[in-house]
Amino acid sequence: MRAGTAEMGPRKPSRRIGEAVIKWLLFSCALVSILTTVGIVVSLSVQAWGFFVEVSPFEFLTGTRWSPILKPRSYGALPLVAGTLLVTGVAALVAMPIGLATATFLSEYAPDRVRRVLKPILEILAGIPTVVYGYFALTFVTPLIQDVLFPDMLVFNALSAGIVMGLMIVPMVSTLSEDAMLAVPRSLREAAYALGATRVEVSLRIVIPAALSGIVAAFIIGLSRAIGETMLVTIAAGATPKLTFNALESIQTMTAYIVQVALGEAPRGSAEFNAIFAVGSLLFVMTLCMNLLGHWVVRRWRLRY
Amino acid sequence: MVQGHAIFRRRKELRKALGSAVYVVFLAAVLVSVVGLLVLLVDIVTGGIPWLSLKLILNYPSRHPEQAGLWPALIGTLWLMGLTAAFSVPVGVGAAVYLEEYAPKNRLTALIEINISNLAGVPSVVYGLLGAALFVQWLALDRSVLAGALTMSLLILPIVILASRESIRAVPRTYREAAFALGATDWQVVKGVVLPAALPGILTGVILGMSRAIGEAAPMLVISGLLFVTFIPTNPMDKFTVLPLQIFNWVSRPQEDFQGLAAAGIVLLLVVLLSMNAVAVFIRNRYQVRSDE
Repeated sequence: MRAGTAEMGPRKPSRRIGEAVIKWLLFSCALVSILTTVGIVVSLSVQAWGFFVEVSPFEFLTGTRWSPILKPRSYGALPLVAGTLLVTGVAALVAMPIGLATATFLSEYAPDRVRRVLKPILEILAGIPTVVYGYFALTFVTPLIQDVLFPDMLVFNALSAGIVMGLMIVPMVSTLSEDAMLAVPRSLREAAYALGATRVEVSLRIVIPAALSGIVAAFIIGLSRAIGETMLVTIAAGATPKLTFNALESIQTMTAYIVQVALGEAPRGSAEFNAIFAVGSLLFVMTLCMNLLGHWVVRRWRLRY
Repeated sequence: MVQGHAIFRRRKELRKALGSAVYVVFLAAVLVSVVGLLVLLVDIVTGGIPWLSLKLILNYPSRHPEQAGLWPALIGTLWLMGLTAAFSVPVGVGAAVYLEEYAPKNRLTALIEINISNLAGVPSVVYGLLGAALFVQWLALDRSVLAGALTMSLLILPIVILASRESIRAVPRTYREAAFALGATDWQVVKGVVLPAALPGILTGVILGMSRAIGEAAPMLVISGLLFVTFIPTNPMDKFTVLPLQIFNWVSRPQEDFQGLAAAGIVLLLVVLLSMNAVAVFIRNRYQVRSDE
């Protein structure tokens, strides 16, 4: 058939080459994402290698004292990990119940008019830069907690950073959970209603269990976001690496340590400079595992209807 | 029989009461977000209003709060946004077009897709480390706007790709089939039919990606490091600072006046962000094609 259209013949080869070139150009755009991942892994591990020739990975992962500048130097990352988990834990206590309740409300209760007001509010909350949340935690939440609950609490503390971080990830948790709930078929709800169930019973006993995999994934992905959050904890949670589970104390997270060194005068190539790449690698691995786990939970435990 | 009826009625009352109680709990949870946002905005506006002035916009940073401004940060943000858009829009849209219109269903494509969704979950500070090693050191771009923009492009690429793909997917099949029936090639269909129809959605995604980039401080902090920039960048190799970094600089000073400056800077930043989001929402509602049309 192609051979039949003689007058189109001469234009065809160049056009076909052009098409192929464009296809390859577009393919290389898509390949940039793979290269980014490769770039992250390579740059983190090459730089972290410079750190691990001086400090054993065993000391890094199990040491309980982080003191990269003050002598005697010590590079045990557990205090940074504990600080990160402490803030994340507080954030989880705030974001999980509120996010789940918001999602249930949006998906099962809210009439369309209310949804149209609430969704943009959540979108705005999700779009506010984290520096702003840091300012809010430091200048509003911390003084409030000091006035009302714990007068002895330090200015920089894990509690207010965690609470504000919880507020910050509520939109993410609620949007992902709501998506899971909206995917539960109407027929399940209608069957329950037909048996005389109330709206609360349908929400709590039908919809939430049916959407559980999506909800758990929303929690995991939200927490992974909290672990990687930087500016909020740098501003509000302090810069004293400490192995503690007391949220009233000043701590330092992994991300805040990276910022501290980036701001400081540590010479390139020194162990204390390369340490940020070791910490960054740990952070990358932790968040990657949580994200993969989140996606896996959705795939593995999703109920199909 | 009558007795059973009474029990049933009592339980029904109980279940109803429980229902209202739980409803109140749900409502309270929702209110936490709403009230939280309101309090945050009020806190920032009341803290920032006294410091909002032309001086804040046009002056250079200073040790004296009443003289301090964020002019270099503003110009730095404009530079960063311009370069970031120049890199991330063509690459992001190109990748989306490839994945939606060209990609064969094979392992490589699946890998690219999984990879993009994972990249969206990588903490921003890790992108900063990537930029600090790859662009700043190995490619010797130093702590330049260019290095910052390349890093930022990689950071927002997943957002641009995901939004563009969604929008391209929403273009009805019939549009493409009509063009193919007229003898159009793959690229002619993409250029003449798919991209024009998907443009509003792509634009929305680009704006959302850019508004993420404007507010990101952590990766820029790792890259630009020094915070006291007293000049404006004039070419892509110049050092730079951006709005959120200037705000961070002010927040982290102990004097109360600088907190006021920080709040004023935040007001500016939020005004820019909210207007960008408003434009995105407007475009989305006004122009988006729906596949059922």
